[in-house]
Amino acid sequence: MKRAGFSTPWLPVLLLVPQLAIIAIFFYWPAIVALHSSFYLQDPFGFGSTFVGLENYTHLLGSAEYRRVAVFTLTFTLLVTFFSLALALLLAVKADKVLRGAKTYRTLLMWVYAVAPPVAGFIAVILFNQSWGPLTELFGLFGHTYMVGVNFNDTAFAMILASVWKQVPVNFIFFLSALQSIPRSVREAALIDNRSASGRFWDVTFPLLAPTGFFLLIINITYALFETFGIVDTVVKGEPGNNPMTLVYKVYVDGFRGNDLGGSSAQSVILMVLVLALTIFQFRLLERRIHYT
Amino acid sequence: MAQVRFSNIGKTYPNGFEALKPTDFEIQQGEFAVLVGPSGCGKSTLLRMVAGLEEITSGELSIAGRIVNAIDPADRDIAMVFQNYALYPHMSVRKNIGYGLKNRGLPKTEIARKVDEAAALLNLGDHLDSKPSQLSGGQRQRVAMGRAIVRDPALFLFDEPLSNLDAKLRHQMRIEIKALQRRLGVTSVYVTHDQVEAMTMADRIIVMNAGRIEQIGTPAEVYHEPASTFVASFMGAPPMNLMRTRAEAGQLHLNGGALCETEHEGEVVVGVRPEDFLPDPDGAISMQVDIVEELGGHRLLHGQIGDDTVTVHVSNEFAAETGPLDLSVKPGAVCVFDAEEGHRI
Ligand SMILES: Nc1ncnc2c1ncn2[C@@H]1O[C@H](COP(=O)(O)OP(=O)(O)OP(=O)(O)O)[C@@H](O)[C@H]1O
Ligand SMILES: [Mg+2]
Repeated sequence: MKRAGFSTPWLPVLLLVPQLAIIAIFFYWPAIVALHSSFYLQDPFGFGSTFVGLENYTHLLGSAEYRRVAVFTLTFTLLVTFFSLALALLLAVKADKVLRGAKTYRTLLMWVYAVAPPVAGFIAVILFNQSWGPLTELFGLFGHTYMVGVNFNDTAFAMILASVWKQVPVNFIFFLSALQSIPRSVREAALIDNRSASGRFWDVTFPLLAPTGFFLLIINITYALFETFGIVDTVVKGEPGNNPMTLVYKVYVDGFRGNDLGGSSAQSVILMVLVLALTIFQFRLLERRIHYT
Repeated sequence: MAQVRFSNIGKTYPNGFEALKPTDFEIQQGEFAVLVGPSGCGKSTLLRMVAGLEEITSGELSIAGRIVNAIDPADRDIAMVFQNYALYPHMSVRKNIGYGLKNRGLPKTEIARKVDEAAALLNLGDHLDSKPSQLSGGQRQRVAMGRAIVRDPALFLFDEPLSNLDAKLRHQMRIEIKALQRRLGVTSVYVTHDQVEAMTMADRIIVMNAGRIEQIGTPAEVYHEPASTFVASFMGAPPMNLMRTRAEAGQLHLNGGALCETEHEGEVVVGVRPEDFLPDPDGAISMQVDIVEELGGHRLLHGQIGDDTVTVHVSNEFAAETGPLDLSVKPGAVCVFDAEEGHRI
């Protein structure tokens, strides 16, 4: 193959500069600053800082509050990931069977994807509004006084609901296209081999969706961990108090509300390591992604 | 005994397209029936209706004496081999073959025994633990066959199972499938658009055209006594020569020469197979040979008789050259068709 070449060595560098600059300014620079300040104790009033070594980290790991948030984040991530995937799969399997009006259903489901996370959070807040939220009224019918922002579980439920609702469409589209790429004759062969529809699903359809499922699993974990920031922020309205929050949100609360820049930086370094691990795992998986044909 | 009975079976797709006009016929126990016809004539539609993959919109279908219109594919006691094999990509060859048996609740040891038996029969013993993607086309084809035979069904259905193979392998598999069917004695319906496959494999050929059955008969019947000009031109390579002519005073003429006697009068189409023309210095029919096609064992002469393009098959001992040639026709080899409708008269 003929390789295209540049006449001057400066042109390729010049072309890369904008992208590199953006990465440097918005990722490497803050990352280095965070790593640096995670070893210092900042004066809350901005009068200098003292080197404290790993104290910010040891303090975090010893903190019951930090562990509480970590446990909540884990639970939140598992629930959001599980329900986003399960609901999307259910909807995709049903939509795959629809013949008439299939396009309309798909478009309606996809619209949610265009909603920004804070807006999704805001919609959840409206649905659970203390005095006139329709879902609050629904829970009221069952004798439960729903209090978003006051009751820990109620708030957590609203967050999970909004996060799942927001993520289902993406998963749905991936699952649907995976379903539709299963050859028709393979399904028909299964129809002759197995009279039970659920048996056919678990024996044939589900394993053939597995590669897509693995990929979506990683995407969804990353989403639940990091991208739900906007939803969490809208639902707790910047008043953490006793409310549930995720690790990412705690970075923000501690750093910008509590002015504990050192501790907050240490937290973001921990999260950075987590993202790195997830990314490596994802690339490994994608490389080895099972190709059946 | 009729193993498969079609009573007034027809198919109209939801979009209103009539893919199969209502027809009646039967397939006998142990028979190898081949459905043949050009692309889009409704062969797959008919086969899929038998399998239960396509709804039957009119008539009644019975398999082994049981009406199956409303019965699920899995309960029809059939096995189907698909054109692209339709193997389960995530299962090993062993699991692919055994999957249907597992779902019928057969004990594990029984399944293992049957799978091993089928694998031995099909020369798949070394590949039982491979995935389909690791197999060649011919091996995949065998796995698909294995999946069908372990079920021990009342009826085998094949939808162009060999069309994805190269010519040599196709020839070999053709013989294998036929031999296997003989041995197992299972009634089979085999779909193909390849008339050579139909001629060589079938006990009976069902020729279809545009949703209609044109003729049902043994390969010899279909070849020598085609029911219509469509069958005459579809079966045989090269096809039957069809020529428009007139019958007058009990005699058929071709390009001025007397062809044979007839009871018909007026405008007709006559059909003569290429090998039924004989080079004959005293022959009454004169042909203008344009091209001599050398095929080793025999030669094909392409040219004109009057305004009609014809092909004549001669042995390689006959020194053929381009130019005029006198021909006669083997006695009794002329088929006469209606000039308008194309059916045989
Ligand atoms: N789901 C469908 N809806 C409407 N028309 C259909 C449908 N499936 C097939 N047809 C039409 O029915 C006719 C017969 O189709 P079929 O698949 O049976 O052809 P075939 O004889 O098997 O052809 P081939 O040799 O190409 O496989 C075709 O004209 C096709 O366009
Ligand atoms: Mg077909």
